Amino acid sequence: MLDALVNGFKRLWEVSDDVSPQRYRALGRLLSSLMIVVSVAPLLVLSWINYNQYQASMAREIEVPLRDVVQRTRTALEVLLGERLSTVSLISEAYSFDKLASDGDLAKIFHAMRGEFDGFVDLGLINEEGRQVAYVGPYELKNVDYSDQTWWREVQVHRKVVSDILSGARGTPHLVLAVGHLGEGGRSWVLKATIETRQLDRLLATVGQSGETDIFLVNREGILQTASANFGALFKKCPLELPQASWNITAGRVSAPNGARFAAAYASVPDTNLMLVAVKPEAEFMRPLSALQTDILLVLATGVVLIFVMTVVPMKLLMKRLQASDERRVAVFAQMEHTQKLSSIGRLAAGVAHEVNNPLAIINEKSGLAMDYLNAAGDFPRKERIVALIGSIGQAVDRARGITHRLLGFSRRMEANMQQMQLAEVIEETMSFVERDAQRRGVELAASLDRGLPEVTSDRGQLQQVFLNLVGNAVQATAEGGRVEVTLKGLDGDFAEVSVADTGCGMSREVVSHIFEPFYTTKKENGHGLGLFITYGIVRRLGGEIAVESEEGKGTTFRVAIPYVKPEKQA
Amino acid sequence: MGLKLLLADDETEYVDTLAERLELRGYEVKVVHDGTSALTSVENDMPDVAVLDLFMPGLPGTKVLAELNRRHPGLPVVLITGQTGENACGDGPAQQAFACLTKPVDFSDFIRIVSDAAQSRAGAGEEESSHG
Repeated sequence: MLDALVNGFKRLWEVSDDVSPQRYRALGRLLSSLMIVVSVAPLLVLSWINYNQYQASMAREIEVPLRDVVQRTRTALEVLLGERLSTVSLISEAYSFDKLASDGDLAKIFHAMRGEFDGFVDLGLINEEGRQVAYVGPYELKNVDYSDQTWWREVQVHRKVVSDILSGARGTPHLVLAVGHLGEGGRSWVLKATIETRQLDRLLATVGQSGETDIFLVNREGILQTASANFGALFKKCPLELPQASWNITAGRVSAPNGARFAAAYASVPDTNLMLVAVKPEAEFMRPLSALQTDILLVLATGVVLIFVMTVVPMKLLMKRLQASDERRVAVFAQMEHTQKLSSIGRLAAGVAHEVNNPLAIINEKSGLAMDYLNAAGDFPRKERIVALIGSIGQAVDRARGITHRLLGFSRRMEANMQQMQLAEVIEETMSFVERDAQRRGVELAASLDRGLPEVTSDRGQLQQVFLNLVGNAVQATAEGGRVEVTLKGLDGDFAEVSVADTGCGMSREVVSHIFEPFYTTKKENGHGLGLFITYGIVRRLGGEIAVESEEGKGTTFRVAIPYVKPEKQA
Repeated sequence: MGLKLLLADDETEYVDTLAERLELRGYEVKVVHDGTSALTSVENDMPDVAVLDLFMPGLPGTKVLAELNRRHPGLPVVLITGQTGENACGDGPAQQAFACLTKPVDFSDFIRIVSDAAQSRAGAGEEESSHG
């Protein structure tokens, strides 16, 4: 994966002459994605860390008050239940069974208890069979049998018992405080007091009151012992899965079967089967978190979109410019290569021509001398034939001389024949030479010349040669009914442009690439293949440029850029 | 009339053949193969016209031409070169030459130009003598 990326990079960064759009698209894509990944990844990580940190600190912040509430409430509960249990215990110690079994005395004691502590509902004495033998209170409970009650069985073991919340025989929720007493002579009895749960409710409501906190009691079986705002009324089953509570307060997250989540703190209440639970719905305290989450997502999304746009758009522009500049570079290189090649060919051709001229001169003189002697000699067999042969040698020499002279024309040294002239005039003059040929061939010869151009300082004769060559070629390449148009216009900068456009047969790319080379000709019979070669040489020497565009079957356009003033530097 | 010519060219085959053809036509021809010999030859035996190759070992034709112009301003010089073109001999000293011919030279042209050169000297010769 990494290797592939590195390789991709290497390949794309190599300075290559491949200027295909695919390459730039691939490069742009790679760079864009890299920049996007590099910018977006830290943003994502940061957001994620931020969110989690915040969540963790939120959770801590919610747990502390929950623990606190449980702590305070349990202390209050311990006090409430402890005081009352101690009172009952004290009475059972202070009075004998007989004393307590007397309704009058019991009522007196009960009255004193009520005076000291709120919440006592009634007081009863139960014999060892579980039957209530004496009772003071608002209900008719004398002689009720309690032997099947859980607290009754527990009191046999533990002596002091706080029962779960009961509805019991009277139908009102209450709490039983029972204290067993092993009297003298093996006679045992139980003193039982009842507290109304309003006491507990009030305590939970006042001590545990704290915002959205829901505080309640459950017994070991998970049955609600007080009403819960979240989980229903008394005696309903609490749906929370709470692990066994201990004296230490436990805090954490719990979920209800319906998927609702709560932060919870819970602990057991000593000396009872009760567990105190405080919960707070997650939705409540997580509201700021979800707001934060929205904010983070919004910022993140905006950031990502911005990064994307600010990466992709400039990258596209950059790639476009890179491609354009590369294309220019490649074109310039190609042009330079072409120029170099032609100038090398030109020098070579001139060198060859020069070297050939010397032996050619020798042949010329030798054959001339031979002819001299022949003329001086008397008649001999086949003299005529030999004279003719030597004559042919002279003709061949003339032909060869023509070729070498034209070849040397390419690199012929510049003549100091510069003069000022109107290009339009030179062109018109040149076109008049070709007009007759064009008429004969049925080719329309048109000119569109800007006569407002500045004068050009150049070599008139050589420019004529250039135009004559180009226009002549154009006329020859055009079939009857076709058209050759010569245009003169100014270019930006220091150049005038003469273009010669024909509607002729056009040339293939292959032909165009060789067109300025010597001896390259498409005219089978009457071309020597040096016309454009020499034209090119002249244009370059005059400090100009020549270019050709051609499409097979559509026509060809030659463009010659001519400087108004020839630059000092030799082209 | 037997014009006296000096031919200086390092292409011996060429210059010897050319000399032979000229001699056939009654010219008095002296052939040398380098620039220094050309100068010496002029000093020893003044020709009517000097024909110099542009490129020779030793002194090239242009240098010889300059030297001859300095010493003998009246002596017409014809340059021959393997280069071609209207200005094959280049600018500068070559401008002092009576003519510049390119190889291969048409023989009849050669004869004509040499004659013209000799005539130019005849015209200027009186002037030269009057100046002393």
